[in-house]
Amino acid sequence: MMDGTTSIYRNDEKEGAVSDTGYITADGRQIGGTLMELRNITLKFGGVVAIKDISFDIREGEIRAIIGPNGAGKSSMLNIISGFYTPSEGALWYKGAERPPMKPYEVARMGIARTFQNIALFEGMSVLDNIMTGRLTHMKAGIARQALWWGKARDEEIANREVVEKVIDFLEIQAIRKTPVGRLPYGLKKRVELARALAAEPSMLLLDEPMAGMNVEEKEDMSRFILDVNDEFGTTIVLIEHDMGVVMDLSDRVVVMDYGKKIGDGAPDEVRANQAVIDAYLGVAH
Amino acid sequence: MAYMSEGAEGLRSIPQLLQRNVSLYGDRPAWREKEYGIWQSWNWAEGEQEIEAFALGLLNLGLARGDHVAVIGRNRPTLYWAMVAAQMCGAVPVPLYQDAVAEEMEYVLSHCGARFVIAADQEQVDKVIEIQDDLHQFEHMIYVDPRGMRKYDHRQLHEYGHIQAQGRAARDELIGELDARRGALGYDDTCVMLYTSGTTGKPKGVVLSNRNIIETAKASSEFDHLGPGEEVLAWLPMAWVGDFIFSIGQAFWTGFCVNCPESPETMLTDLREIAPSYYFAPPRVFETQLTSIMIRMEDAGALKKRMFDHFMALARRVGPKILDGAQVGALDRLHYALGAALVYGPLKNALGFSRVRVGYTAGEAIGPEIFDFYRALGINLKQLYGQTEASVFITQQPDNEVRPDTVGVPSPGVEIRIAENGEVFYRSPGVFVEYYKNAESTADTKDADGWVATGDAGFFEEGTGHLRIIDRAKDVGKMADGALFAPKYVENKLKFFPNILEVVVFGADRDRCAAFINIDLTAVGNWAERNNIAYASYQELAGHPKVLETIRGHVEEVNASVAEDPMLSGCQIHRFVVLHKELDADDGELTRTRKVRRKIIAEKFHDLVAALYDGSDSVYTETEVTYEDGRKGKIKATLTLMDAKVVPVAPPAMAAQ
Repeated sequence: MMDGTTSIYRNDEKEGAVSDTGYITADGRQIGGTLMELRNITLKFGGVVAIKDISFDIREGEIRAIIGPNGAGKSSMLNIISGFYTPSEGALWYKGAERPPMKPYEVARMGIARTFQNIALFEGMSVLDNIMTGRLTHMKAGIARQALWWGKARDEEIANREVVEKVIDFLEIQAIRKTPVGRLPYGLKKRVELARALAAEPSMLLLDEPMAGMNVEEKEDMSRFILDVNDEFGTTIVLIEHDMGVVMDLSDRVVVMDYGKKIGDGAPDEVRANQAVIDAYLGVAH
Repeated sequence: MAYMSEGAEGLRSIPQLLQRNVSLYGDRPAWREKEYGIWQSWNWAEGEQEIEAFALGLLNLGLARGDHVAVIGRNRPTLYWAMVAAQMCGAVPVPLYQDAVAEEMEYVLSHCGARFVIAADQEQVDKVIEIQDDLHQFEHMIYVDPRGMRKYDHRQLHEYGHIQAQGRAARDELIGELDARRGALGYDDTCVMLYTSGTTGKPKGVVLSNRNIIETAKASSEFDHLGPGEEVLAWLPMAWVGDFIFSIGQAFWTGFCVNCPESPETMLTDLREIAPSYYFAPPRVFETQLTSIMIRMEDAGALKKRMFDHFMALARRVGPKILDGAQVGALDRLHYALGAALVYGPLKNALGFSRVRVGYTAGEAIGPEIFDFYRALGINLKQLYGQTEASVFITQQPDNEVRPDTVGVPSPGVEIRIAENGEVFYRSPGVFVEYYKNAESTADTKDADGWVATGDAGFFEEGTGHLRIIDRAKDVGKMADGALFAPKYVENKLKFFPNILEVVVFGADRDRCAAFINIDLTAVGNWAERNNIAYASYQELAGHPKVLETIRGHVEEVNASVAEDPMLSGCQIHRFVVLHKELDADDGELTRTRKVRRKIIAEKFHDLVAALYDGSDSVYTETEVTYEDGRKGKIKATLTLMDAKVVPVAPPAMAAQ
């Protein structure tokens, strides 16, 4: 492992290991085996190297943060996981098998959902309809039946609506169910985006700066929801966030990136004490 | 207390009423709650099963006769069932205000010595856990919503559903005991204990017997001809006596259906979907709704606005008369019918008042314009006057005798007496048993013959026999020159302006009156938006010079109106300050039922009061505020003190000469 990386694994990682026993967090949560493993990932855009030879893993049920200064390659890393970018080198293992290059919708079908740094909702549609789009991967009826709202399409919509309503209840947005998204304040839009991602019932949830631009109260609410999602549904969460307080409070393990390289990996306390990380954030005298 | 007849056989407690309702109305809906976007419903028979299972579960946990069971949460069928289940076991339910902070809960929970707490969700559970070390009798907590609760220590913490499951499993073993306890409930046994919000001092536990609740529910249901077909929306705090009477007392007596909103925020949508036939709301809610209608009409198209203005003018002229069955010309009636089709109907539908047959408001004075607006639309809105100690009803307005400035005639079975100092006393079957563990206060309030002091000053109007309330008896005072000082009278006049949310008038033993004013953020914010006035916070808007000018205009208008009454002309407001924060129950400035606590406000803002009287133009102040999660912070502000013109009146002394 690289310099500055601290291992908290109970077992040594074995090449190709599908699953191991995981670990138990300070607050008593059982974290499972490896869900995803990124091996020696490099991403190049022409001559620019955005990510250079990064390896880390994501375990089942954990909250895994990726942090780093601006331009460190965090969002690129998330885009690789979500299938939007294909790594130039390296491999991505998911649920014990190497994942071939995939389109984002194919990744979504494998149970990976995400939210975006800049909110990407349908502004003119109601909150409910926006969240329903999160169920798209679960709808199989053909276009003709859907247009006529007939037979299988109808049954499917009813079943899917039930899932969506549970998400609405969970995120406490009943009061804005029928409100067009364009009329909502920023903090609530972020929550609707989370709702849409949750509606897909993902096993892994990617959150790109879920707290950006929020006030303290909104951040507290969002933190609560992230913890609750993880707790109630056992969803694995990968998050990028700038607010260090939030990251350190929420996450089980943190990957720190700087200039496309991994400079730290471990539990929040270990990362906080890591000299390379301190230097990256506070700057060093050259 | 005069002896009153025993309740009809088998109808001496809420659990017995439940059994009667199961046999009379078994398959009619008794409770509904919107959950996952759909109205879920339970009929009386299903409800009884739920209640019985929970009661058996409580017995299984060791609930004893006479135990107090605290219930904390928003209006939900499960919590209503929990209260009745506690009664079945011979225990006493004690509903608490769900928005109370942990310290407030600690007082009530330790005062009543609750062994069991039933909490709605994690938020409430957390509050109780925070204070549990100081609660010596507390043993078990049961929560309804399991969300977020998985990691908690479950040795003394139980899920509602599990308790019911345990109860069902132990049915054969425990049903004998439950039947014995249910059968032993007497008419004078305690039905419920409710804590008064307490405008002064600590809350007091008001003990109400089955007789109090059932006699009151019976009389008031008959007064308004309530039947099993009514629909009500249960949304007012469960700890408030009114909710207990409406959603349990009257609902169980008449067998009507209680609907619970999905969440507090969706209340107005749910109101519209349910369209209750019997409705209660404090004046503030009617004010807020009217303000939002007016704001929306400002934004409406020209045609719609003209139609609204035209038909509302007509409605204000003839609407209340039509509602009271008075003489109205055929042409006006026709015109009104057209208005009903085009404006009133759709408006009532949007408000959720399409089916309201009986609507009540109480707790505070309601502005005549607001009151008339709803009556003009054909909504039978009435006023009542009541107290926790009276099981709500003291006076109420009969149909067709409704006016904004009175609180009506004595409710059936209620006797009223006005003392020499103007204080109103009453005696009725609803009069409370006692204040729990507080014999001294009980004796102060209720005399040996059962007469209860309301603490309000009022008089009966000649001719109509309607009661008029002037003010809290102890708030009515004298100014330095001996003139009568009735703060609430002036405050209410000011609060009728949509821009003003709350007012506190000072002036007792002083030579002139001054006031604290809270702006209404909705109304003033909308005005600011339409006039391109930018503001970043409540504080900034409240201090904006144009806002201060507008408020000054309102104050001067009220001064002119106060000056017309020779008795009260001394109460004109000379100086006022618009506060930098909203008065809040979390900061102890209001009670949980949103009444102002004068003494506490005067002490807390003593610097501002001083500045109002020392002639300075502005004052710097720091105020401690409590956030919803109980943390404290400080806000700092420099406030401008405003002078207002008063109308000169001849001093009363000269008039007497």
